[in-house]
Amino acid sequence: MSVATGVIMLPRTSIGKKVIMAITGLIWVGFVTFHMYGNLKILAGAEYFNAYAEGLRSLGAPIFGHGHLLFVARLVLIFSLLSHIWAAVTLAMQARGARPRNYALKKSVQATFASLYIRWGGIALFFFVLYHLAHLTWGVPGINNHFIPGNPYNNVVMGFSSGPAIVFYYVALIALSLHLYHGVWSMFQTLGLNSKEYSSMIRLLALALAVVVPLGFAIPPLAVVLGIVTL
Amino acid sequence: MATSTSTSVKTMPTFMEATLDAHVPDGPIEEMWDKHKFEMKLVNPANKRKHTIIVVGSGLAGGSAAASFAELGYNVHCFCYQDSPRRAHSVAAQGGINAAKNYQNDGDSVFRLFYDTVKGGDYRAREANVYRLAQISNQIIDQCVAQGVPFAREYGGRLANRSFGGAQVSRTFYARGQTGQQLLLGAYQALARQIESGGVKMHPRTEMLDLVVVDGHARGIVTRDMVTGKIESHVADVVVMATGGYSNVFYLSTNAKGCNATAIWRAYKRGAFFANPCYTQIHPTCIPVSGEYQSKLTLMSESLRNDGRIWVPRQKGDTRKAADIPESERYYYLEERYPSFGNLVPRDVASRAAKEVVDSGHGVGELKNGVYLDFADAINRLGENVIRDRYGNLFDMYANITGEDPYKVPMRIYPALHYTMGGLWVDYNLQSTVPGLFVLGEANFSDHGANRLGASALMQGLSDGYFIAPATVSNYIAQTSLSKVDASHSAFQQAEEEVVNRVNRLLNIRGRRSVDEIHRELGKIMWEYCGMGRTEAGLKKALELIPALREEFWQNASIPGDADDLNQTLEKAGRVADFLELGELLCRDALDRAESCGGHFREESQTEDGEALRDDENFAYVAAWQYAGDDAEPILNKEPLKFDYVKLTQRSYK
Amino acid sequence: MNLKLRVWRQKNAESQGRLVDYELKDVSPEYSFLEMLDLLNEKLMREGELPVAFDHDCREGICGMCGLMINGVAHGPKAAVTACQLHMRNFHDGDTIVIEPWRATAFPIIKDLVVNRTAFDRIIQAAGYISVSTGSAPEANNTPIAKTEADLAMDAAACIGCGACVAACPNSSAMLFTAAKASHLALMPQGQPERYDRAVLMVNAMDEEGFGGCTNIGECEAVCPKEISLDFIAQLNRDLIKASFMGAGKRL
Repeated sequence: MSVATGVIMLPRTSIGKKVIMAITGLIWVGFVTFHMYGNLKILAGAEYFNAYAEGLRSLGAPIFGHGHLLFVARLVLIFSLLSHIWAAVTLAMQARGARPRNYALKKSVQATFASLYIRWGGIALFFFVLYHLAHLTWGVPGINNHFIPGNPYNNVVMGFSSGPAIVFYYVALIALSLHLYHGVWSMFQTLGLNSKEYSSMIRLLALALAVVVPLGFAIPPLAVVLGIVTL
Repeated sequence: MATSTSTSVKTMPTFMEATLDAHVPDGPIEEMWDKHKFEMKLVNPANKRKHTIIVVGSGLAGGSAAASFAELGYNVHCFCYQDSPRRAHSVAAQGGINAAKNYQNDGDSVFRLFYDTVKGGDYRAREANVYRLAQISNQIIDQCVAQGVPFAREYGGRLANRSFGGAQVSRTFYARGQTGQQLLLGAYQALARQIESGGVKMHPRTEMLDLVVVDGHARGIVTRDMVTGKIESHVADVVVMATGGYSNVFYLSTNAKGCNATAIWRAYKRGAFFANPCYTQIHPTCIPVSGEYQSKLTLMSESLRNDGRIWVPRQKGDTRKAADIPESERYYYLEERYPSFGNLVPRDVASRAAKEVVDSGHGVGELKNGVYLDFADAINRLGENVIRDRYGNLFDMYANITGEDPYKVPMRIYPALHYTMGGLWVDYNLQSTVPGLFVLGEANFSDHGANRLGASALMQGLSDGYFIAPATVSNYIAQTSLSKVDASHSAFQQAEEEVVNRVNRLLNIRGRRSVDEIHRELGKIMWEYCGMGRTEAGLKKALELIPALREEFWQNASIPGDADDLNQTLEKAGRVADFLELGELLCRDALDRAESCGGHFREESQTEDGEALRDDENFAYVAAWQYAGDDAEPILNKEPLKFDYVKLTQRSYK
Repeated sequence: MNLKLRVWRQKNAESQGRLVDYELKDVSPEYSFLEMLDLLNEKLMREGELPVAFDHDCREGICGMCGLMINGVAHGPKAAVTACQLHMRNFHDGDTIVIEPWRATAFPIIKDLVVNRTAFDRIIQAAGYISVSTGSAPEANNTPIAKTEADLAMDAAACIGCGACVAACPNSSAMLFTAAKASHLALMPQGQPERYDRAVLMVNAMDEEGFGGCTNIGECEAVCPKEISLDFIAQLNRDLIKASFMGAGKRL
């Protein structure tokens, strides 16, 4: 048997794939947390919010040129997402192959909904991200007909003026919450940072992120619906 | 006895009461083993891989031997009936393993361990073997610790000890209540390492059904693959059997359901003498039987006697709850009768005392078939946490089985069949009377005399497997020139044919009674007439009942299914058929030994206090039975026992 | 009490299996689950049917031979016990009990409820040991080991290799089993020289056997009759990551 060892070969093992999921997941946890924080700026008005959005493009100036660091960040995020998905899909296929036939009757003893259905939640989040980009970044006609490039404040307000968009968004937030709840804890476990002493603290951190991040995201659309944020 | 298995007629020397030579080396007992090791012949390292050793059994003795042989460079084939060598029944030993380390500075020494073991065995063991066992005990602990066995530790990081029945020093090493499991995993891991390196070929789910003897030497075995039913011959230079004891002849015992005597019984029928079959050990602390259906008895480690106090109500037939019985009406019978050893008297003494109080009407529990083992004092003194740390898993197990919480109410215990000191006769080299057949662990008779002390079985199994057999088997290989033999040899062909015929014969009985039912009946006969108290009349009765039951088995057992498939009833039937023969030999030996010693209690031979009364003048020997054909009575051979270092006295634990 | 049993029957590895219904009367609450199956088998044999094959040996919860999926839960409804230590007082008169074998590609069915678990042996063979040949051990008390460390190692070493963790895992992962052995040895000073090689080799062997990956769901820990902790999985993960950076696990 040829032994997979060394960092390069790590992804060949099931644990290595999970390490990839943990690290790429960590990047995305950072991104969504930052994204949520940025979104809240919409409460401060159009000028402030649009300036923030534009400011993202001049991140790293003067060392980085206009939009360069943002481009790098996007590359990292896309690469992370694809790696995360690759690892998840191969692990899911491995798991499927590992049980030739399902039990006629199978009960879970303690498993959380979040942990059992994290793969389905992941698929939902993936499609939501595509939709979300089409909705608020690219302004694909038919998905967002009032899109004005360079005016994110307008795009958010107009984007959440439709009922289905809000429903999609909130469903995705539930999926995000569940994904974070199991994913964050799982990340610590996979990276070997969990132990009896810290386990409850890590669970608490996962819970906090699973509550705070989606709640933060939920505020801007709600503000639009309630008329607090208007054009 | 035409109903028994058909066996080829063999010619055997027919001497009566011949004296057996145990090949004990000369010289002072302290130097014997070292001197013997030096005098033994060695096998050239390059030649070792040309020699094949078969090891039957993968428990402490078999597993450690197979691994050690392969480490030396031999080509090893190891067989077990379980699906993995890690499940051999050594796994269930709870309490601990003895060694003469004297870490507690309480006066222990090799000589004291030797002395205690000979005395505990009621002076029916071979001194030279026991001394060697005590010597090797220390190396065993070193070896196991190096393997990563997680023995209990003191806060300072040193190994912890506890005391055990039959000793006044703390010399028992333990890993919670799972010492056997941890030691077995150590041996299993050593074995796994050798399997990986190619030194050992493991054959799980494979049962040995015959021994093959060519030109007077053990040259191989015939096995049945329990999944495919394939009957196969395996050729070797040496056959090592470490197949455990035969307690299951009693049906209900603490042994695993699969434990069986088939390997040693087949070897017996091929010429290996069977020594002291009547030395069976009844363990004092088991959970009492709760009904007819019961399939096995569960042991509660003897270590519980360290902190538990054994008592029964003074008043016969007392139906009050334990908590309602005041201190003054409790009869702490062991503490009263044996003030110096108290609850820590040896197993045979504790068992008989329990039987006595239950028989005289003091029994507790719904069926009045137990005695109390009470932890209330220990919990008060040490706190529940300490008790939980020491015995937690045993308490949980008890609660599971009985539905009672032993932290709140006293445990109920009663003796049960646990260990068999008897087994195939072996000399000092652990070689049986068939050259090339070595027998290790519980399967041999060697070290425990008529009663085994607690925490000594693990010690013996590992001593035989890690240290003794690798030396003596090498010596045998170096000294013996064997003819080249393969599986086409007529002896193998004939043995295979006999095995096939026997399997077919079992499947063709097509009777009406289940194998379990017949086995249960055998167990009842054994327990009734050859259990804790044995009498001449009872044994004679058993000797009539057993052949009749055997007849019934071969006429009326129901064994459905096929030969070429996983067939658990067929496996069981083959084993029960052998128990039905072994049971008879056991009773015959018990009848012949008209003295009481250790676990063998003849009611005709007791002191005024009801203790076992030995008859050293007439019975200071090992009874080694020789098979003489299915229709002939077995021949008794004797190995006289000499005691040069331990003075023969009436055992006293008062 | 009277029970309705739905038992998986399968003649051999190649044949198709199915659930077969049986009625069993007069089961005492004192029976162990396996004694209840004994009773079923006696009844089946009386009726001329083949008995149900199931693995069992010690019947005291330590050998790890028995393993049954009982009403969808490995080893049945009572926590921290094996099927042989499960008593019928945990069920009620009239209950229907579904009994299936462990299901995993790495544990192919041999017959009825009997599966082949030699994959576990091969994981141990890969490196689940300390390489110390007989006779080469130093004096046992030379290396002190803190009681807390020894106790923790014992917690991991308590694994009986029954396979319930694999059976219960939605991914059929053998991580708890593998981690228990790797951690037992990694927690002791004797296990240090091979610690990181061991992690790499055992994880490789585990993957090769066709088990699934771990997604930290924790069903394994919940059904484990010896209550082996998920913490040991974290420990193995940690060791494997470190081992990868060290390039450990190369063997000739």
